[in-house]
Amino acid sequence: MTRSWRGVATMAWRESRNSRRRLLLFMSAISTGVAALVAIDSFSANVTRSVRNQSRSLLGGDLSLSSRREFPAPVGALLDSLPRSGIAVARVTNFSSMATVARSTGARLVQVRAPSEGFPFYGTIETQPADLWRNFHTGPHALVDASLLVALDAHVGDTLTLGFARFAIIGTIVSVPGDAGITAAFGPRVYIPARYLGATRLLGFGSRAEFEALLRTPSAGEQSAFLKRERGGLEKAGVRIRTVQQTERNLTEAVADLGRFLGLVGLVALLLGGVGVASAVHAYVTEKRETAAILRCLGASGGQVLAIYVIEAAVMGLAGAAVGALAGIAVQFAVPSLIADFLPIDVDVRLEPTAILSGLAVGVVVATLFALRPLLALRHVSPLQTLRQTADPGTTTRRWRDLPAAGASLLLVASVIAVAILRTGAVKDGIAMSAGLGGALLVLTGSAWLLAVLARRTMRKGWPFVVRQGIANLYRPANQTRPVMLSLGFGAFLLSTLYLVQTNLLGRLRVSSESAQANLLMFDIQEDQLPGVDSIVRAAALRVVQRVPVIQMRIAAVNGRVVADSARRRGSWALRREYRSTYRDTLVPSEKVLNGRWFGARAPASGDSTYQISVDQGVAEDIGLSLGDVIRWDVQGSAITTRVTSFREVNFARFEPNFFVVFEPAALRTAPKSFVLLANAPDPAARARAQRAAVDRYPNVSSVDLSVVQETLGAILRRVAVAVRFMALFSLVTGVLVLLGAVAASRRQRIREGVLLKTLGATRAQIGRIMFAEYAALGALGGATGMLLSIAGGWAVMRFAFKAPFALSVGPLLAIAAGMVLLTVAVGVLSGRHVFRETPMQALREV
Amino acid sequence: MLVAQRLTKSYQTGTHLLTVLRDVSFTVDAGDWVAIVGPSGSGKTTLLGLLAGLDTPSAGAVLLDGTDLGPLGEDARARVRGEKVGFIFQSFQLIPTLTAAENVQVPLELRGDRGATDRAREWLERVGLGSRLDHYPAQLSGGEQQRVAIARAFANAPRVLFADEPTGNLDSATGARIVELLETLNRESRTTVVLVTHDAELAARAGRTIRLADGAVVSDTRNGEASPTLARDVVAASEAAP
Repeated sequence: MTRSWRGVATMAWRESRNSRRRLLLFMSAISTGVAALVAIDSFSANVTRSVRNQSRSLLGGDLSLSSRREFPAPVGALLDSLPRSGIAVARVTNFSSMATVARSTGARLVQVRAPSEGFPFYGTIETQPADLWRNFHTGPHALVDASLLVALDAHVGDTLTLGFARFAIIGTIVSVPGDAGITAAFGPRVYIPARYLGATRLLGFGSRAEFEALLRTPSAGEQSAFLKRERGGLEKAGVRIRTVQQTERNLTEAVADLGRFLGLVGLVALLLGGVGVASAVHAYVTEKRETAAILRCLGASGGQVLAIYVIEAAVMGLAGAAVGALAGIAVQFAVPSLIADFLPIDVDVRLEPTAILSGLAVGVVVATLFALRPLLALRHVSPLQTLRQTADPGTTTRRWRDLPAAGASLLLVASVIAVAILRTGAVKDGIAMSAGLGGALLVLTGSAWLLAVLARRTMRKGWPFVVRQGIANLYRPANQTRPVMLSLGFGAFLLSTLYLVQTNLLGRLRVSSESAQANLLMFDIQEDQLPGVDSIVRAAALRVVQRVPVIQMRIAAVNGRVVADSARRRGSWALRREYRSTYRDTLVPSEKVLNGRWFGARAPASGDSTYQISVDQGVAEDIGLSLGDVIRWDVQGSAITTRVTSFREVNFARFEPNFFVVFEPAALRTAPKSFVLLANAPDPAARARAQRAAVDRYPNVSSVDLSVVQETLGAILRRVAVAVRFMALFSLVTGVLVLLGAVAASRRQRIREGVLLKTLGATRAQIGRIMFAEYAALGALGGATGMLLSIAGGWAVMRFAFKAPFALSVGPLLAIAAGMVLLTVAVGVLSGRHVFRETPMQALREV
Repeated sequence: MLVAQRLTKSYQTGTHLLTVLRDVSFTVDAGDWVAIVGPSGSGKTTLLGLLAGLDTPSAGAVLLDGTDLGPLGEDARARVRGEKVGFIFQSFQLIPTLTAAENVQVPLELRGDRGATDRAREWLERVGLGSRLDHYPAQLSGGEQQRVAIARAFANAPRVLFADEPTGNLDSATGARIVELLETLNRESRTTVVLVTHDAELAARAGRTIRLADGAVVSDTRNGEASPTLARDVVAASEAAP
């Protein structure tokens, strides 16, 4: 037995000699998928390991306590008492404010961080020039992001004004542990020593700040003892507690989620490759029937013949997967430089044997299983075929009650589902994904069939010969319609789905260029400052678009049930959060009423102390609200009772003040509030003047130039788009490889035909036109089907993954489809170029 | 009809120049039936390729129905083939993905002829395959496939028909029937036939035999009128054989 298997292996080796290159081309279809999986998994593993190694410096301490309000007195006392028990404490206050430099005219909203001495306990803050942190606390120093210097046209050594205090800019920040590089893009960071915080006088009424205390405990035991002792009291006081473990988990989960999503794209590319392998092997089998018949004649069993070719396929699959793994490793080393800015850690790139081996294994399994089904046909090759070619070589016999074949198909489907479940991490998602893929394959197979039928039906005798010949190739025996349609359609599908999702996401964030819309936003304006800010804005030749009152509040009770502190802790985010609401009697363009009736300018009936409110659909779902429910609000100490009379859908991605809850005006007119003012000026200089004038007079008022924000967001999204395109490229490359495989599978036959046609008097142009007709038809229907599928796919992704409406952009999709036609024709004609080269003498020589 | 002038064909193999045809000259008149014979490797197929314009000579010239093939490019030679030449191969060379009728139509349609379908049906009926029009080559026997090839060759109304071992892949009875068919069609359509074979019996039925050895013509003999009687005898003999 061993001997016979050794014989089989030897035979497989010899038999593959003449077709290794071609087999490798077939198998390279899986390379890109394997490359994607290896790259993504390796990168995920790199990040997870790096996070684990750097987790303490991510947080800056062993524990972080934070609050949106100043720590209440008991918490303050507790923090003050901790050093006595060996727990070191450092405080950090974070808030936004306007920053100016006396020498220049600009003003910029910045993220101010005021740490006390000792911060951070772990990791180091790198500065330029180096080592500035050491003497940071010795005076009124400021360390800023380099981008702020550019924005304010300032230099190191200039004086920075924050509120009523002045700071010397001593240098710039290079990196802060726990901060992603991209943080600075949302607002440049300014570090000032905590003891100068009071001098800014910025932490007054209505200002938003985060107060944080970092703790360093001498041992893990003391940390858990502290948590056990104090957790209850701290949470009651509204203090959020974060541990190193939690931070680590949050970050690794986020990376794992990203990895899972990208991995799915990789998996789809791999399965697409598998489909390519199957169709290429199918054609290969047709060619090998003769050899199989000879082997059977010489005494090989059906099983042995099968084994020879399965070994060939598996070895070539391994080679294809290995090529992919190498490419994946190369990509893995390139990825960190692409997305390093998005991560708050330094990614330590290393080879990850688990990721590489699992990529290889999945690749080989997919290649072998997809090859197995067509290879099974070789078992049935009769030795009689050596004497007499009975069967049509273009088709392999189908036996409906062929158990092994059914088993192979079942095994294939089961493995695909298993791999999908493993990758998604959830049974439901895995099955849903497999079903989605299966559906797409069915639709594509269906359209391949439709193409063949259409080709047969619509063919007219009056058409030129070359067109008829080309079109007829679509349905003739041994045609390549199905594999080409599958690869092409799938490639087009993936590419345009990714494109649609991307444009939909970007579209939601786009600030409309209508002049009516605001491009300057000022906020935290106190009621008594409003007339002054108004006149500053007008003086700078800006048009005030909107003045929006903002009132801070919390939910006190829903339908009479009091939201207790404990419930708040356990309950949903929507119950816990502090609301910033507004009142108005009209709807704004970024919202629409889904359910119920908008209250409008209703005059409240006298004695009716229940006011109407309109709630955002998402928040309503989160709390479990229905129309008519009664909510009691705690508006900075006073109670206001309201009834929910409508639900709205709000597009929060628009740069306008949007609110979860809108009150009817009568409810809040007298409540303590601040204002947001929206203004418009086409001239950036005018906007800058207004910002500077406002901050000079009212240091607590913050302002943002929305066009700057839009540019920043655009820049970030473009970088995200690079990552998405990168994945799309993987799918496209796979598509091309599968296409090449599909075309190569029938190449020999095509060349033979072409040479024969030449012998019979066909010119090269005629042969070129035949090929063009065939591939153009294939490309057109493949591209069109993929495009239609992508509309469904894009809609589903927007609807279910992003819970957002879907907008169709037809033009670019048509461009993608046209590109597909070109690609197909190019691949088809290029791989058939031998026909042009061969002389017709070949027809005479071939016996 | 067909003139070969000092045809020479050499191939460069590594450093060595291999000459497979050397100074071959002869003239074939319209309506002639010429057999080119010789042992394997004597250059028969190479000569046929040059005469039909499938390949270009290293030296010398071919005139086909008055057209000098030498200065013509590949596509121009293809056009000449489409208009004036028919082919029959030992291995039939039918396009496997086309039906019998479609195979016969190919040269007509390449030329842009109208009524290709009718002509194809007509010719397939003439070769006795009227009921197999829609069959693919793999569904036909060897003899039937060669008859399709013959129909394809004659449907074109060629001035010269080139046949390369047309009976080589067939049993003797089928082969004989094919030869008879060829002779009948040759007589009816006055087509010039150039046939390559190493089958002495088949060669004997030609009006003229050109013998090649080592790439050169060693004899060129006229056999007198090809005898239809002889042909019938051969057929009868081979059919009677067990």
